[in-house]
Amino acid sequence: MPRMNIRAGEKAEKGSFKKSMGKLLRYCRKQWIWMFVAILFGALGVVGQIIGPNKIKDLTNEITVGLYSGGINIEAVTKIAIFLVLIYAFGAIFSYVQNFVTATMTQKVVKNLRKDISVKINKIPLNYFDTHLYGDVLSRVTNDVDTIGQSLNESVGTLFSSVILFVGVLIMMFVTEWIMALTVIGATIIGFSFSLIFMTRAQKYFNQNQKNMGELNAHIEETYSGHNVVQLFNAKGQTKKDFDKINKNLFTSGWKSQFISGVMGPVMGFVGNFGYVAVCIVGAVLASQRGIDYFGVISAFMIYVRLFSNPLSQIAQSLTSLQSASAASNRVFEFLENEELSDESKKQLQVKKVEGNVDFEHVVFGYSPNKIIIKDFSVNIKAGQKVAIVGPTGAGKTTLVNLLMRFYELNSGDIKIDGVSTKDMTREEVHSLFGMVLQDTWLFDGTIKENLRYNNENVSDEQIVDACKKVGVDHFIQTLSNGYDTVIDDTVNLSAGQKQLLTIARTMIANRPMMILDEATSSVDTRTEILLQQAMDKVMEGRTSFIIAHRLSTIKNADIILVLKDGDIVESGNHEELLKKGGFYADLYNSQFEEE
Amino acid sequence: MFKLLINLKWIDYLFLAIVAGLVGFQVWLDLELPDYMYNITQELGKIGQGLEVEMSVILSNGGIMLGCALGSLASAIIVGFFVANIASRLGYNLREMVYNKIQGFSLREINKFSTASLITRTTNDIRQIQMVLAMGCQALIKAPIMAVCAIIKIVGKSWEWSIATGVAIAVLIALVLTVMLVALPKFKKIQTLTDDLNRITRENLTGIRVIRASNAEDYQNEKFDKSNEILTKTNLFANRMMAIMGPGMNILMSGLNLSIYWIGAYIVKDIDGLGNMMVFTSYAMQVVMSFIMLIMIFILLPRALVSAKRINEVLDTKDSIVPGCYKDENFDGTASVVFDHVSFKYPDAEEYVLKDISFEAYEGETIAFIGSTGSGKSTLINLIPRLYDATEGRVVIDGVDVKEYDLENLNKKIGYVPQRGVLFSGTVKSNVNFGDNNADENTVKGAISVAQASNFVSRMSDGVDSAISQGGTNVSGGQKQRLSIARAIARKPEIFIFDDSFSALDYKTDRKLRSALKKHTQKVTKFIVAQRIGTIKDADKIIVLESGNMVGMGTHEQLIKTCPVYQEIALSQLSKEEL
Repeated sequence: MPRMNIRAGEKAEKGSFKKSMGKLLRYCRKQWIWMFVAILFGALGVVGQIIGPNKIKDLTNEITVGLYSGGINIEAVTKIAIFLVLIYAFGAIFSYVQNFVTATMTQKVVKNLRKDISVKINKIPLNYFDTHLYGDVLSRVTNDVDTIGQSLNESVGTLFSSVILFVGVLIMMFVTEWIMALTVIGATIIGFSFSLIFMTRAQKYFNQNQKNMGELNAHIEETYSGHNVVQLFNAKGQTKKDFDKINKNLFTSGWKSQFISGVMGPVMGFVGNFGYVAVCIVGAVLASQRGIDYFGVISAFMIYVRLFSNPLSQIAQSLTSLQSASAASNRVFEFLENEELSDESKKQLQVKKVEGNVDFEHVVFGYSPNKIIIKDFSVNIKAGQKVAIVGPTGAGKTTLVNLLMRFYELNSGDIKIDGVSTKDMTREEVHSLFGMVLQDTWLFDGTIKENLRYNNENVSDEQIVDACKKVGVDHFIQTLSNGYDTVIDDTVNLSAGQKQLLTIARTMIANRPMMILDEATSSVDTRTEILLQQAMDKVMEGRTSFIIAHRLSTIKNADIILVLKDGDIVESGNHEELLKKGGFYADLYNSQFEEE
Repeated sequence: MFKLLINLKWIDYLFLAIVAGLVGFQVWLDLELPDYMYNITQELGKIGQGLEVEMSVILSNGGIMLGCALGSLASAIIVGFFVANIASRLGYNLREMVYNKIQGFSLREINKFSTASLITRTTNDIRQIQMVLAMGCQALIKAPIMAVCAIIKIVGKSWEWSIATGVAIAVLIALVLTVMLVALPKFKKIQTLTDDLNRITRENLTGIRVIRASNAEDYQNEKFDKSNEILTKTNLFANRMMAIMGPGMNILMSGLNLSIYWIGAYIVKDIDGLGNMMVFTSYAMQVVMSFIMLIMIFILLPRALVSAKRINEVLDTKDSIVPGCYKDENFDGTASVVFDHVSFKYPDAEEYVLKDISFEAYEGETIAFIGSTGSGKSTLINLIPRLYDATEGRVVIDGVDVKEYDLENLNKKIGYVPQRGVLFSGTVKSNVNFGDNNADENTVKGAISVAQASNFVSRMSDGVDSAISQGGTNVSGGQKQRLSIARAIARKPEIFIFDDSFSALDYKTDRKLRSALKKHTQKVTKFIVAQRIGTIKDADKIIVLESGNMVGMGTHEQLIKTCPVYQEIALSQLSKEEL
């Protein structure tokens, strides 16, 4: 079977590394003070690391000279040693400060990124979520942001100090002895060309490994969640064959990339040793011309060799780590750059006292411009009417409600509430006119009371209990261990019906002038439905209400039934009228009972 | 962890033995290095005496030293090769074992773990083990060998220097322990705080319509901010603690270096002693390094242990379904099914999900089940293909207990359509012709047409060869369901099982599909779970369930008169006149 599951991050091309890192850097701009402090202290810490070997050289010299001149100058040794202690101590403090600041900075950046994504979720048009999986957005908030945080924390600090160390050592080497300096650089270059052989292959295998991992994930997700079907259709052999192929590929790419990343360390070690021997040989040659003092220079260079190859491999490591940060920030910024809903801060409150007259005037709408769903929809609804919208799946029922709530903007036409166009109101105002009950009951981890009150802070406890009594859920809540303060989480078993009753109560408490019920009873059995129906009738009393229902029995008592087909109203009227007409509605209704 | 290592094959142990040998060789070479360095240093020391340096000595020692370094590199590469191979092979084998095991699971086991958790166990957890084995295996062999060898080399050289080294190691261990003790609990806490943040984001995403309709964006943002703040604070604390490690280890190494030199100033008496001092420094560094290596393992290990435990939980699960060996080769396109005093409860549960259900389905009959959510309808029909096994009583197909059937043989008799359409990546055809089915193109097209899917399939770009993406995300819910139904029809089974499969369809398609089914699959015995009375009205037998009990059985006409539960359900859907 062809598998086409490629994770977005893997697609990141070479050019995008610069681009997304640039974005990330710009995002970190606010933290420039911290960044500056980190670099400063990193530089200070490096100074210690560089001066150190020089002083060790002096120390060795003191001892060597002392041995031949009959006595070591303990006083001089102590002086140097104390100086070194100070250097090391300050170096440690500086690099801790650097790490501390880097950690603080990264956490701030990460926190802001998370916050921005979370805020963004509430700001982008709804159709984004129609075309993207929740899991995808979720993994941007957590996985991707975490990856950014981790690799920034790991690499930014080391990258700065490595570069500084690298440049510092380079300068110190030339200051100390230029021939030896050239030796070290030459040896390192030779050593590095060795590791380049590995490096160039590494990327290929890493990518391959990532890709195979993605394929395995996709296959497993599919077969595990379709387990029943796989089992009952005797498809185990077939899926196993696919699995084996992917598993084999993953094994091959896995050990190759594992091998390469494991070998990098020893290669670097060899580069160090190679440099060491080169230093000793060249040092010996030079020493024969320069005399006793030169021994100190050699011992200093023995340390410089290590100091020089270390930052190089660290820089290489940081860059790989930054590569994954770049892939992750690519995904994060892609989300953050999504177009937002238009700004409406200048709009004024339009409707003061709502009566509930709703007019659709030649409404045209499509989720994408070339696919019009609502073609030319017009209807006048008077205050207090109960409006039912029915029709086959895909007719545009939910779309109408979405338009009424201004979750989406119209292509053309207008929707007016009490004569005022919803375009002239803020979205908040439009929303505040409607109470909504949807098919998927949405409750969050929190007490029942918190769920019921939600963001209506000024609703009193009495009002909550009152609403629950009206909806008929008060008795059930009282039977729970902590009554209204019971926390709803995985341990509390609420049935679909009970959950829906709670959301109906929540809508009742919000007390909005109009109601929308979108398939509110579809996920419960028909007897629970009656209970819900009674509760909803209470909520709808005296309010203009829009009801969408799959089961036609629920809407028989509506004042007006709009029959939708392919985005147009094909019929309208009440139940009896429509049945008498014997059109599409009658057809739809009777198909429930038709004999063959 | 050790239990999982048993899964290594003899070849892995051979490899491991080679690895151990090579690591020993490598350590030996690494430790030889300082000896040659010592020789070189001693020769260079002549400079200090104003003597001529013998270039040949330096060159030969340097050559041998480089040879050692090359040898060490070579064996490191070979070791790297074997270790990568062993670790990846273990990962490969574990994945296969876990996958096979899970393929044999029944619904009960799947539900016990949850699908999401099983996926992580097959991928992430195994990757953890693989990584730790790859990194740890080398370090675990290398560190002790290195430490012991290095200690042997330096022991007796000078007790002053040895004490300095000992103190350094003690300080190192104390440092790491303190940091870990303070930081580890925070890391655990971070895990739960991340879960919290996840939960709030998920809440925000799933409730996005409600949130916007309630103008509760700020309310949600506030909640998120609170959780984000705590997470950041905890993270900051832990990271700042961990930031001590780097500089701490650095100062320890440099400090040890300095101490040896400083002490050297007092105890070195001649040029030999000077060389000794330099060699001691490099050995001492090796010892400290090997301790750091060991510490790293102890930091990595806890996570791997958790993963190992989770994998073992899967592997240790006993299959609850034991297949029989009876094979019925007579596929006559129809079957009788008998439920004989069947009761069912989950193994740890007290309450029965089904109690004493008995009925007979004759060849070609349609049996329908109705009842409120949680009444046990789905569980009941899942007993036929042995997705669960009856706790008491027997389910009998064509006179033989389902438990005695060979599972593949049993599955061949059954065409099953789940509650939600399940599709796999591939094509329309590969989905309809799923599993052991080898139907020709005409049968496939016929099945698609009976399932009322011809219309939309013919509108897809490549007809029956059109691609279906992973999880069937490129077709709608109703279309998925119809393809699932076509898949069951193409199988030409003796028994159809529809687990509430019609609810996703609108009334009209529902009716058309049922009449097409009736026409084309007359002989097949059908079991239908449904919500709508309309769907089941003309079934031969309707069984009414109420919290696991059978409270009515008969035709629509009989039940509407005699069964109060059925009346209630019917009343809620139809108006009085229609009944």
